[in-house]
Amino acid sequence: MRTCPLLVLLAGSVVLAGCGGADASDQGADAGPGGTLTVFAAASLTDVFEDFGEQLEEEYPGLDVQISFAGSTALAGQLEQGAPADVFASADEAQMSRLEDAGLVDDADVFARNPLMLAVPVENPRGIVLPEGAAGIPSLTELITADMTVAVCAPEVPCGAAAAEVLDAAGLTDAPDTYEDDVRAVLTKVQLGEVDAGLVYVSDVRSAGDSILAYAFSESSRAINSYPVGVLTDAPNPEAARAFVDLVLSDAGQQALADAGFQPPS
Amino acid sequence: MSRARTGPRIPAPLLIPAALGVAFLVLPLVGLLVRAPWSSVAEQLAAPGVGQALRLSIVSATLATLLSLVLGVPLAWVLARSRIRGRSVLRALVTVPLVLPPVVGGVALFLVLGRQGIVGGWLDDTFGITIPFTTAAVVIAETFVAMPFLVVSVEGALRAADARFEDVAATLGADRWTTFRRVTLPMVAPGVAAGAVLCWARALGEFGATITFAGNFPGTTQTMPLAVYLALQRDPEAAIVLSLVLLAVSLATLLLLRDRWLGRAVP
Repeated sequence: MRTCPLLVLLAGSVVLAGCGGADASDQGADAGPGGTLTVFAAASLTDVFEDFGEQLEEEYPGLDVQISFAGSTALAGQLEQGAPADVFASADEAQMSRLEDAGLVDDADVFARNPLMLAVPVENPRGIVLPEGAAGIPSLTELITADMTVAVCAPEVPCGAAAAEVLDAAGLTDAPDTYEDDVRAVLTKVQLGEVDAGLVYVSDVRSAGDSILAYAFSESSRAINSYPVGVLTDAPNPEAARAFVDLVLSDAGQQALADAGFQPPS
Repeated sequence: MSRARTGPRIPAPLLIPAALGVAFLVLPLVGLLVRAPWSSVAEQLAAPGVGQALRLSIVSATLATLLSLVLGVPLAWVLARSRIRGRSVLRALVTVPLVLPPVVGGVALFLVLGRQGIVGGWLDDTFGITIPFTTAAVVIAETFVAMPFLVVSVEGALRAADARFEDVAATLGADRWTTFRRVTLPMVAPGVAAGAVLCWARALGEFGATITFAGNFPGTTQTMPLAVYLALQRDPEAAIVLSLVLLAVSLATLLLLRDRWLGRAVP
């Protein structure tokens, strides 16, 4: 019994500690962006945006950049439910307009485009070969056969919406064997060799390096996702948010995105 | 109930946190009921895929529970009754999936039973059997996560049961297998039932290991929790309705089995 008041005291001090943390993050707002910057970004942006975060932290020593990577649709849903974030970068315009319609983002700029490629494990279990003598880029129908295990993104997320369009264009709507919740999950299953092929972004192919093989296909031009980035209207740290978006749109940022395999906005 | 009313008053330092605890556990469920789009529930439930996901969930959770019973009850007996060396290490190993994040379990299953896995690679080469992305993979993932619940609860029942009955059976000439079948098993039946219900409920709610190891394909591997998660991205109202279905199934199971079997476990 005697420990009960102690427990109550402990519980109280936890609450107090929580309040203290909130105060601390407001400090340093005078000397350039400081505090914490929270970025919600599409899973396909993982590598580039991590670099952007580190660059910004180096430039502004008082700044701590936290980036949450997930499927754009899940992130948009979290933001609608009031998740505190400063910047949202989506893998398609549909999820960004969802937030614009809800008044959560004022204006967003498209900063990159990203077509799909067919990723295949390095072992190439089904022995996919490019058709001999084919002029230019093959069709998806020449790469995917009926008995292959194929992973794509779920139609709810941007890479899945694009995948559905290209599969539809190729008449291969029955090809997928699993609908993953974000593009990195598709990539992982290809890297593990658990599927014969997966539809991922060009940028994912670039980041995967030698761990996979990849084929461009003609239908990819049917659905090239545009990536918009915007500052949340009630961003807790608008100054840092603006600095992050400026970095993404800057020449250096565009170069880094191009190096990662993204195409410039049209 | 009546005993609580006539018993000693609950001390305030216990009452307040206990009340907060109840609110914390119950309010989210109330929220689900309050926010449910009741006008469109019927329409949402009739959507293609809902019945499919529910059927798949119930079938795979039931298969996982049966598999857990077949493997888990003997395992619990070994842990509770045998005197083999390293029993405590064995128990710790067996209960690891209880504390392991399910996604980690899914990755681990890939490494063993996946096409490139230690056992899965051999299965693929020898028999042409691949497990991932099939309903079998769902059952395996659910069993991996849920069986420890059954093992722990059956082992507890075995430890609580009076081993003298088994000794008497042995002195009367019953061999160990007969003793297990005719004496031990009937004695711990309520514990086995409780464990099976817990196991089934855990399997029904399995998400992480399933989406990792079995993937997500309607009708084959998309169980209700996966359907809820994806619906939440597209249409939160649909997700709420699907959640209500799962809640109703879970509650119905608990109530039904509480009266049938579990009531006897608590004298």
